[in-house]
Amino acid sequence: MSPKSLFDKVWERHLVRVETVEQPAVLYIDRHLVHEVTSPQAFAMLKERGLRVRCPDRTFATMDHSTPTVPLGPDGDPVYANEDARMQVQTLQENCAEFGIELFGWDSPHRGVIHVMAPELGLTLPGMTIVCGDSHTATHGAFGALAFGIGTTEVSHVLATQCLLQNKPRSMRVTLNGRLNAGVSAKDMALAVIAALGSGGGTGYVIEYAGEAVRTLGMEERMTLCNMTIEAGARAGMIAPDQVTFDWLKGRAHAPKGDAWEHEIEDWRALKSDKNAVYDAEITLEARLIAPMITYGPSPDQGMAVDSITPHPCGAVERQGLDYMRFTPGRPVMGEKVDVVFIGSCTNGRLSDLQAAAQVLLGHRIHPDVRMLIVPGSEQVRREAEHEGLHEIFKTAGAEWRLPGCSMCIAMNGDMAMPGELVVSTSNRNFEGRQGKGARTVLASPATAAASAIWGEIADPRPFMEAPRVA
Amino acid sequence: MLLDKFSKLTSRTMVLAQENIDTDQIIPARFLTTTSRNGLGRAAFYDWRYDEAGMARNSDPFAGKEPQAHQILVGGANFGCGSSREHAPWALADFGFRAVVSTKIADIFKSNAIKNSILPIEVSSETHADLIATPGAELTIDLERLEILRPGKWKQSFEMDAFGRRCLLDGVDPLGFLQNCEDEITQFEARRA
Ligand code: SF4
Repeated sequence: MSPKSLFDKVWERHLVRVETVEQPAVLYIDRHLVHEVTSPQAFAMLKERGLRVRCPDRTFATMDHSTPTVPLGPDGDPVYANEDARMQVQTLQENCAEFGIELFGWDSPHRGVIHVMAPELGLTLPGMTIVCGDSHTATHGAFGALAFGIGTTEVSHVLATQCLLQNKPRSMRVTLNGRLNAGVSAKDMALAVIAALGSGGGTGYVIEYAGEAVRTLGMEERMTLCNMTIEAGARAGMIAPDQVTFDWLKGRAHAPKGDAWEHEIEDWRALKSDKNAVYDAEITLEARLIAPMITYGPSPDQGMAVDSITPHPCGAVERQGLDYMRFTPGRPVMGEKVDVVFIGSCTNGRLSDLQAAAQVLLGHRIHPDVRMLIVPGSEQVRREAEHEGLHEIFKTAGAEWRLPGCSMCIAMNGDMAMPGELVVSTSNRNFEGRQGKGARTVLASPATAAASAIWGEIADPRPFMEAPRVA
Repeated sequence: MLLDKFSKLTSRTMVLAQENIDTDQIIPARFLTTTSRNGLGRAAFYDWRYDEAGMARNSDPFAGKEPQAHQILVGGANFGCGSSREHAPWALADFGFRAVVSTKIADIFKSNAIKNSILPIEVSSETHADLIATPGAELTIDLERLEILRPGKWKQSFEMDAFGRRCLLDGVDPLGFLQNCEDEITQFEARRA
């Protein structure tokens, strides 16, 4: 039998019908995650045809994109940015009720950004196929699942048939050798990989992340790395499950229990690439060469070490990028004045991210000209952070501690930057206008974002992580 | 939803040469609070067309171009990257586009486009350079023969997955196709249980 990659194995386990020259494969989907933005039209398509949801028990919904992160109003109701946002959330509530889908809504202690809350609940398990009408579904690949984003029409296909028509993507292995230096995080690793591949470099591929630097990452960091796979154009990123994965999953609400757990673990241990597995493409990076990263243009592949200088543009893309960001070619970006700092999102809104930010902020105040929003990825993250007193560190430093949601990552709930403002953001996209019309986004790790908030300028987090601190 | 059938299209190009045009540019996130897929054409490339006050920009690349006459959108490399929002092809289709041409088109956008009767066509960099250099050129796209041609100048074949092509040519409905697999799906579930 020819050697197989992790991706091959998960793919083959879900083939209802194999791919032919004439037809794509029919791929069975284990988990379907749903949120308010990309689902209303899919439910409408079902209604047009008089169809039901085939497997409501495989379908889970939450609301995160359009939901406000400011405290509930005096009447206990959320304060929506506008009537459309309220209507969109209400439409999801109605659709979930009508089609019998479990919704982690306002009244749920588990509501949160879909790619944060689903793993927390153990809804994400190794070897599964997981889809969502959302490109950052790649996050769940951190558990050795095949997880990818789909369009709304495909959402309707999965709702109705629990299957998708898919041509098998090509495979790529990204190996990260060695270990990360102190002060360097999985986010920096992700930005370095994207810079190496280019924002279209992964188009058509599923990426498997391998190497010592990946194996030594914690589960939350693995999610950060897989999350941004789409920023290199690839649809899915995967990491073979191991003891780190199993330890993290054990005891989660939807994870198997007792004998079933033992049985599953045995099966999951086989979910790794065979020794001589063949990939369609491979790249290798040295982790020790990765520094804290920031982006200098409005494309996620325009990343560089925070303490280096912007490139002298060699092409139109770089020139336009620097122009939009109002950065000068051949100059450092450290020292550029920052208006807003955002910590949160499905990339960096988990407990360990908030801990990293708190570690930098402890004993400091943010710069008076900076507005800093810290938005936990889920209600659970919020509870855990408050239990550890992180929210007190944030508030003492002068930051706003918000309710969970996507918030400024996509800026559709009223949290946004003003035209021209420079935002240091732990989210995943720095596209023009992503965080508000005319807003300029610099992507960075939670530590770099926190250091920049203190300085009021783009800053290197490493000094904060080395110096002794007063509590 | 049954697709609009597509076999042959002759139209002029609208050129947006910038690389990495992401779906946030095609339709900014603040228009995504809709629960409908209709009428999104007005939001297409909104921030490229209108300034902060909602006034038409002088630099509006679409100014003075009759959408009916420019149904082929030529974009820079890595067109449609970013968010999976199907609102992007909904907006483009509503605006009047029937085809998108680039050297590289992002995966999810490509799949979403076909489902909305927009043909995603990847061409060689030479062909692309010619298209960028001649905005408004008249092209013919022949899906039956998988050819794109600029009359009197060049002809190039392009690739498309066989099933996507059939969906567009014959109006095959992918959801209907999947529903017809019901027996196999049930057997698959039984095998795994
Ligand atoms: S946090 Fe950002 S990237 Fe993640 S699901 Fe929300 S909008 Fe998408």
